[in-house]
Amino acid sequence: MGLLNKLDNPYDGGGFVLARVEDVLNWGRAKSNWYLQFGLACCAIEFMALNASHYDLMRFGCIPRSSPRHADLIVISGTVSLKMAEVIKNLWEQIPEPKYCLSMGSCANAGGPFWEHGYHVLKGVDKILPVDVYIPGCPPRPEAFFDGMVKLQAKISKQAIFNKRKRIAEEDAKLGLPTY
Amino acid sequence: MTSKEIFSILQEKFGDKILGFFEGDKIDPFVNILPDSIKEICMFLRDESGLEFDYLANLTGMDYKDSLGVVYHLYSIKHNHYFVLKVTLDRTKPMLPTVERVWKTANWHEREVYDMFGVIFSDHPDLQRILCPDDWEGFPLRKDYVAPTEYHGIDATPNKLK
Repeated sequence: MGLLNKLDNPYDGGGFVLARVEDVLNWGRAKSNWYLQFGLACCAIEFMALNASHYDLMRFGCIPRSSPRHADLIVISGTVSLKMAEVIKNLWEQIPEPKYCLSMGSCANAGGPFWEHGYHVLKGVDKILPVDVYIPGCPPRPEAFFDGMVKLQAKISKQAIFNKRKRIAEEDAKLGLPTY
Repeated sequence: MTSKEIFSILQEKFGDKILGFFEGDKIDPFVNILPDSIKEICMFLRDESGLEFDYLANLTGMDYKDSLGVVYHLYSIKHNHYFVLKVTLDRTKPMLPTVERVWKTANWHEREVYDMFGVIFSDHPDLQRILCPDDWEGFPLRKDYVAPTEYHGIDATPNKLK
């Protein structure tokens, strides 16, 4: 959203920036996605590679947290078995708001190769928790993950904080959706 | 020692408990035995000098549609020879003695066979499911298994191609 660019052209006197509080808060949030240190299957191996120096996920402001209570983001990195689904739900409910979910790879998106015959596999993690960004791939390349991360940051940057319900109702009315 | 030689030793020692020897060009030769005698035969195979199968390479289950089965792949590190044992079980009451006392490895392998095929290993010290949740219904690798559509309120129905 270019908040830093505004510093290049300050008002007379220097150092002042005019910005909406919401933009500043969202800017901070978008650039500090602390994720839950949690992996499920082979996508988790790709995710580990992402964290290593070659791809360096930390430049997105992503720091691994061992407790869901410290995390902002959960990455569902792999096949979700029904046995694990309950645990994931438990972890998700422990993350404080605002929280985000990245679904990584085909298995987490829609069941992957188990889409029909996996008797023990949840057919897409969106059946148990709301997903913000889906990253396709089996497993996704690190570049694909970065694309998803950028999309998540863009989503957070535009998120409503004040008068949230009123604004969402206005948007819904524009789209012709029923208001609650 | 070849499987055929081991088979003749077993036949000499156990007689009727050994059901037959089978050989094919695409599969390992194997010996069919009676389920109830599995433990004493395994004990013999492990301890007899010249055989000394000190390593249970694999223990797995089978569903032959009209019956169930358990397959034992044995290996002797000392003599570098292999041997395959098979047992066939009644589908309605699949039960046979454990070989956990013979090879400790069998403990988890038998739990897995119990989990996937519902084969009961009598005298097993800890026969409970190893992969599926404890309250799972049915035995997934049986041919007549029907996958659940729901688990603890979580929808598990397959996705349909649109």
